[in-house]
Amino acid sequence: MAASGEPMTGGRTLSSRIFMNWELYLFLAPALLFFLVFCYWPMYGIQIAFKNFSPVKGITGSPWVGFEHFERFFHSYYFGDLLWNTFSLSLYELAVGFPLPIILALAFNEVRNGFFKKTVQTVTYAPHFISVVVMAGMIITFLSPSSGMIVKFIEFLGFQPPDFLTDPRWFKTVYVLSGVWQSTGWGTIIYLAALSAVDPQLHEAAIMDGASRFKRMLHINVPTIIPTITILLILNVGNILGIGYEKVLLLQNSLNMDSSDIISTFVYRSGLVSAQYSFSTAVGLFNSVVNAILLIAVNRLARRTSETSLW
Amino acid sequence: MAAATVLKETKPTRRIKASGPIRESRTDRFFLVVTYCFLALALLIVLYPVVYIISASISNPKFVSSGEMWLFPKGLTFDGYKLVLENPKIWLGYRNTILYTVLGTLLNLLLTIPSAYALSRTDLVGRKLFLGLILVTMFFSGGLIPTYLVVKDLGLVNTLWALILPTGVSVWNLIVARTFFQSSIPRELQEAAQVDGCSNTRLFVQIILPLSAPIIAVMTLFYGVNQWNSYFPALIYLNDTTKYPLQMVLRQILVLQEMSAETTGAAISSDIAQAMNNKAEIASLVKYAVIIVSTLPIIVIYPFVQRYFVQGVMIGSVKG
Repeated sequence: MAASGEPMTGGRTLSSRIFMNWELYLFLAPALLFFLVFCYWPMYGIQIAFKNFSPVKGITGSPWVGFEHFERFFHSYYFGDLLWNTFSLSLYELAVGFPLPIILALAFNEVRNGFFKKTVQTVTYAPHFISVVVMAGMIITFLSPSSGMIVKFIEFLGFQPPDFLTDPRWFKTVYVLSGVWQSTGWGTIIYLAALSAVDPQLHEAAIMDGASRFKRMLHINVPTIIPTITILLILNVGNILGIGYEKVLLLQNSLNMDSSDIISTFVYRSGLVSAQYSFSTAVGLFNSVVNAILLIAVNRLARRTSETSLW
Repeated sequence: MAAATVLKETKPTRRIKASGPIRESRTDRFFLVVTYCFLALALLIVLYPVVYIISASISNPKFVSSGEMWLFPKGLTFDGYKLVLENPKIWLGYRNTILYTVLGTLLNLLLTIPSAYALSRTDLVGRKLFLGLILVTMFFSGGLIPTYLVVKDLGLVNTLWALILPTGVSVWNLIVARTFFQSSIPRELQEAAQVDGCSNTRLFVQIILPLSAPIIAVMTLFYGVNQWNSYFPALIYLNDTTKYPLQMVLRQILVLQEMSAETTGAAISSDIAQAMNNKAEIASLVKYAVIIVSTLPIIVIYPFVQRYFVQGVMIGSVKG
């Protein structure tokens, strides 16, 4: 009749408590092995960022060079551009892509559960499942200067369409807006879950006081989902330099490189295409460290200001 | 839950409308109209490109590139599909992807479900430590090159294992599954079984698993879609093009535009080639068709499994 499992095991010694559940450790072992091999072993390999790694000598046999690779990266002429491209692309995406799911979720929440609502939800969730390759293919096809649907439409309106994919000034907008198209609908789910926790009594009371639908949304629904918003914002900011490179890599071409080259695509190119293992690892490590610092900083800020935080 | 909330709040609104001041219900009505318009616009924006691709894939490419085809198919032709389905690379890619998806998803489940259950048990000594070790990997990783070197050291490069093993567990999915076990399976049930002398393995296999159908479905779908859509591991670990999954074949056709004689030429029968001697037209027709063909499995199953996906995200959003 105990409320939890603790009283059952509380009186025993640590080793017998471990032994009692030995099978659970077997359940856990394969997953732990996975994390050790494919997450922690690579972390051990990070040391090659401070070495001149040669595959023949191996990680331990390669000579230490200290911060040489980092210095080379910081002093390179492309350092500023890479950092700016990564930051600006990420912040642009955050500024446009983050509020939209919230607005859409609030709108869904106002509409009664009917055919219309279900249709809009089903349709707007769907692009989330389109693969990144197909997404890139759609973007390239729709923006093709000779036959693209979007280009044709702009011409139809009487404007001169820009060279979306080869003009560096347009790359970020193309990236961000296509991302909005693909993920806004799906992003609403988590907010809808949070909105389902709104206490209906609050609404009833507000109606008695004569609050309009809009006012009730603003003063009841929005405050309820603020903690969810905060958590997601922290996660997003903590990943500012970790912007998904898969789509960028696919949309990149030699003409839009000025604005499309970001740290992660650079890591891919210098590391795997040009086989500069140590240098590329150093760049990647710089990226991870900045992300970790951002995450910790934002989390601390959020805890201090709103009492909501990841940990 | 959401439905109940909405119903509860709409009824009193009507009552107010009858007795309360008219101005208020008018602003409310205006607000609702704006909301409906906004949602209709969102529907249109998402739906239109999809309809366009479907129509373009069965239209004469001349009408598509000139802009005459803008909603319904014009100059009906199935040559695009014919070319795609006659292309041996597509078939090979399809076969490879099915193999990778099935094996990969099975491994994902075998690694995720039992460990998520173990981590959900509060009487597991060291649970916090294990969880911490796992969560760290969500925010900090070795990065591309060290991971690549590990895969290489293990001798997995250019084998199917390179696509399957490094994506064995997703931390996010593990947390979702653990939250499910914690919140949806009554503790009392497990305690009762233990008091009766049931071993943990038997408890898991005979009691927990039969109750876990929803989370197993959700995990299968999440992992399955992920495996189906992935291209990057194949890009970095595979050199042998005959092992390429569908997404890599698509990358060649859609992104690298390797469309001309090399990829489709072999598959074009002479009469089609004569009918459309413009290579660019063939290329664009094939592109629309290949988008549909490659996404078809997901399009077909999506309406049936959508609620499971939503359920999965909902479980994940409950704070564990």
